[in-house]
Amino acid sequence: MMLRHDRLRGAFAELVKTPNSAVGAAIVVFWILVAVAAPVIAPYTPTEMHDARLEGPSLKHWLGTDHLARDVMSRLFWGTRTVVALAPLSVLLGILLAAPLGLVSGYVGGRLDTLIMRGVDILMSFPTLLIYILIITSFGPSVIVVVISIALGSIPPIARIVRSLVMDVRSKDYVSAARLRGERRRFILLREILPNVSGPIVVDATIRIGYAIMAIGALGFLGLGIPPPTPDWGGMINEGRPWIFAMPWTVLAPAAALSSMVVGLNLFADGMRENAQLR
Amino acid sequence: MTPSVQERVLSVEGLEVVYTTRSGPVRAVRDVSIGISPGKVLGLVGESGCGKSTLAFAVMKYMPPNAKATAGRILFRGRDILRMSGRELNRLRGNDMAMVYQDPMASLNPSLRIGPQLTEVLIEHAGSGAGAARAACLRMLERVRMPDPPAIMERYCHQLSGGQQQRVLIAMALLTNPALLIMDEPTTGLDVTVEAEILDLIGELKRELNTAILFISHSFGVISRVADRVAVMYAGELVEQAPVRDIFRNPRHPYTAGLLGCVPKISSAGRRGALSPIRGRVPALHETPAGCAFASRCDRARDRCRREHPGFQQTAEGHPVRCYYPDSADSPGLQPLPATPDAAELPSAADAPVLQIEGLKVYYQAKDRGLAGMAGRHRKGFVKAVDDVSLAADGNSTLGIVGESGCGKTTLAKCIVGLVPPNDGKLGFAGMDAARIVEHRPVATLRELQMIFQNPDSTLNPKRTAGEAVARPLQLFGTVPSTGIRNEVVRLLEAVRLGEEYYDRLPAQLSGGEKQRVALARAFAGRPSLVLCDEPLSALDVSVQAAIMNLLQEFQRQYGTTIVFISHDLSAVYQLCSSVAVMYLGQICETGPVEALFEPPYHPYTEALLSAVPIPDPTLERNDIRLSGTVPSALDPPTGCRFHTRCPRKIGPVCEQEAPPCRGARDGHRIYCHIDMEELQTVKPVFGSVE
Repeated sequence: MMLRHDRLRGAFAELVKTPNSAVGAAIVVFWILVAVAAPVIAPYTPTEMHDARLEGPSLKHWLGTDHLARDVMSRLFWGTRTVVALAPLSVLLGILLAAPLGLVSGYVGGRLDTLIMRGVDILMSFPTLLIYILIITSFGPSVIVVVISIALGSIPPIARIVRSLVMDVRSKDYVSAARLRGERRRFILLREILPNVSGPIVVDATIRIGYAIMAIGALGFLGLGIPPPTPDWGGMINEGRPWIFAMPWTVLAPAAALSSMVVGLNLFADGMRENAQLR
Repeated sequence: MTPSVQERVLSVEGLEVVYTTRSGPVRAVRDVSIGISPGKVLGLVGESGCGKSTLAFAVMKYMPPNAKATAGRILFRGRDILRMSGRELNRLRGNDMAMVYQDPMASLNPSLRIGPQLTEVLIEHAGSGAGAARAACLRMLERVRMPDPPAIMERYCHQLSGGQQQRVLIAMALLTNPALLIMDEPTTGLDVTVEAEILDLIGELKRELNTAILFISHSFGVISRVADRVAVMYAGELVEQAPVRDIFRNPRHPYTAGLLGCVPKISSAGRRGALSPIRGRVPALHETPAGCAFASRCDRARDRCRREHPGFQQTAEGHPVRCYYPDSADSPGLQPLPATPDAAELPSAADAPVLQIEGLKVYYQAKDRGLAGMAGRHRKGFVKAVDDVSLAADGNSTLGIVGESGCGKTTLAKCIVGLVPPNDGKLGFAGMDAARIVEHRPVATLRELQMIFQNPDSTLNPKRTAGEAVARPLQLFGTVPSTGIRNEVVRLLEAVRLGEEYYDRLPAQLSGGEKQRVALARAFAGRPSLVLCDEPLSALDVSVQAAIMNLLQEFQRQYGTTIVFISHDLSAVYQLCSSVAVMYLGQICETGPVEALFEPPYHPYTEALLSAVPIPDPTLERNDIRLSGTVPSALDPPTGCRFHTRCPRKIGPVCEQEAPPCRGARDGHRIYCHIDMEELQTVKPVFGSVE
């Protein structure tokens, strides 16, 4: 019998085979390492105030200091933690909420499908940012509220993707075979259908983590993200904004970090998709 | 008489094509030499994965970037195609050589009308003006027997039937009057009736146009109808090449003989017992053995065959064969085997009917999605997929259901197993009422009723191993005690000749035939009393088909299972079934024991189906009856006898107005037709000339 971790290792080796996913994986792994090692590699704590405000790059402060005389590099490294933890968390929450909707809607069909999908459509008809702002302004910005609002915003697209995948798999003969031997609906959904739609869902989730990172960034930029003084990339971009011409690094460093992370995730997802097609 | 190289349109000499892949070079075509003269058809046969299509594409030098011709020459009218520049090739392709592919729908542009697609060929290649091109295209559509060419020119390809699309493609290929036409499985996706028409057309065109044709097919029946010479390909090599009559009368290579032995044959000489499938499968091309590529599957292989690679051996008849011991290859394909009494004996229908259907109707509601429909003013339309069908299958027997696609065969099967609910009628199963969908059937009924599906690629859950797939019904139905499940699974896998090592394999690691074997084991695991097979063979190679048919018969003998076998392949039905029902447009038009069905009296539809079956015997003379058009829409079926729109024996207005009466003959043979039995009896037998 093939051992589970052997399969995983094999899958990982496959993933790194295409150049796209190898580069993507490298970028993502780099930022994860930064997040984990932030307390060690960051020269200062993120909230510590130094002597000079808005100082240019120097040996003491490689990326300079911000308007409150905090070390930009340290804030960048510590900010990684917020992004690396919260973005996947919110996507995971989104999948947990949306996948059952999509599964049931796609498999059962009929009135239930109409009901669920119209509900999803209503949610979708609001601009996502509006949903975020509505929730955050009502409940006040906090880590949990940010995660929940991003998760809620991702329900419509995830539910729709899962539904269409399920509708495709539902018509496969092995599902008919399962019905013919009297399998319960739960078994058919969880054991026959779900494993066969999970691949594309994971690929989609990877890209969606990128979206979540951008969303967290956008919320931080609007001042609705993680409340200060916790460092977060979007907030840093916003704080640096007034001095963008004089002190571009305070904006550019977090912006570059954010976009490299998103690009990395997209490349990685592309590679996964390519691999799935090759098989 | 061997034509010299100059006379030949195409002459391939010692061609080798190599693919560069991740797992190393793959020699897909090795040392292949063929030649075709004008007006002749060379048939190329072999199982899938033997390099037939690679050869076809190489002939046009139309190869993927990782493929390369590493040796040999391809002479087109004496000039080597492999040495030509891209511009020369472009002039040649479409102008002097053309190709017709397997999937006509994928070969036509769905967003352009047929007209511009056809005229473009002439405007591009022959530099014709728009008017002249249009006139030429209309003439060509006429020539490929298309009804109403001007109207066809205005249509999109989805508005044409599969047969019509293929005709359009043939017309497109012939527009520039090419010297060479390559046809890659052009009839594989079509119904037998349509296939027969296309094959007739190819025969006529060959005579009229003097085109050399390379015709690729996996079906000996098809090849025997169109080819003048036949080349048999195995694992990238030619193994035998001979005039069509010699190949069928006197196959020299054990592979050719083996392939012919796999094909069930309808003949008045009676049915053969078990078919003789070729064991094993085509070797993967990157691990071709040192000796003869066929040695591992050959019953006559000796030591020399495994050591040395055989070249072509010349035989007395000028019929080269790549085999050291060609003379020992007899021809099991043509003589009916002296059937062992055990194998030949079809199960006798002793028990009471297991399945009883009366007046079964399955209608799908056609949704009217137009504006009127939304306003609630829609017409209620029903697709009458199964309309008033009555059938019975006795215990331990095999009932065949045949008909063209769109006749409701699959819907009937799905209704019997309970995947679709019936709208009306009785469906009795082993004395119980089963006219409901699976979710509402008791477990006892579920266990007794299983199904084998058509598409091997979707029949198994890709995430579940073969062993798990077979074990699941055993767990659910408690066929064996839970401690014995693994043993029982292994026993079942061995019964379908797969062995224990297959237990942990995932479907992706299995070939199509192996997947279908696992599906067979899964279906029979709960020892059901009725198994429905919905075209279980149509996606498989002939050698695999034979093996699966043998397995079905074996299981049936062992468990006394009743089998309902749905197929469009009448030879397979003839081989397997004890009784047959012919379906047309949701209704049964003839039913009876298999012997009665293949002899007069016939229902005119049965007669047409039978005369369309490709039989692997080039000497066979048949009175060919061809049906025009396609099965009409089941949304609005014709009145009276539903077959009257296409019936070659229509007698008059009565056919259009009244439903045909049931006419009984001997042994429960029933025909639904307005023509009386005496007259139908006088019809010439379709297979009359078989000695």
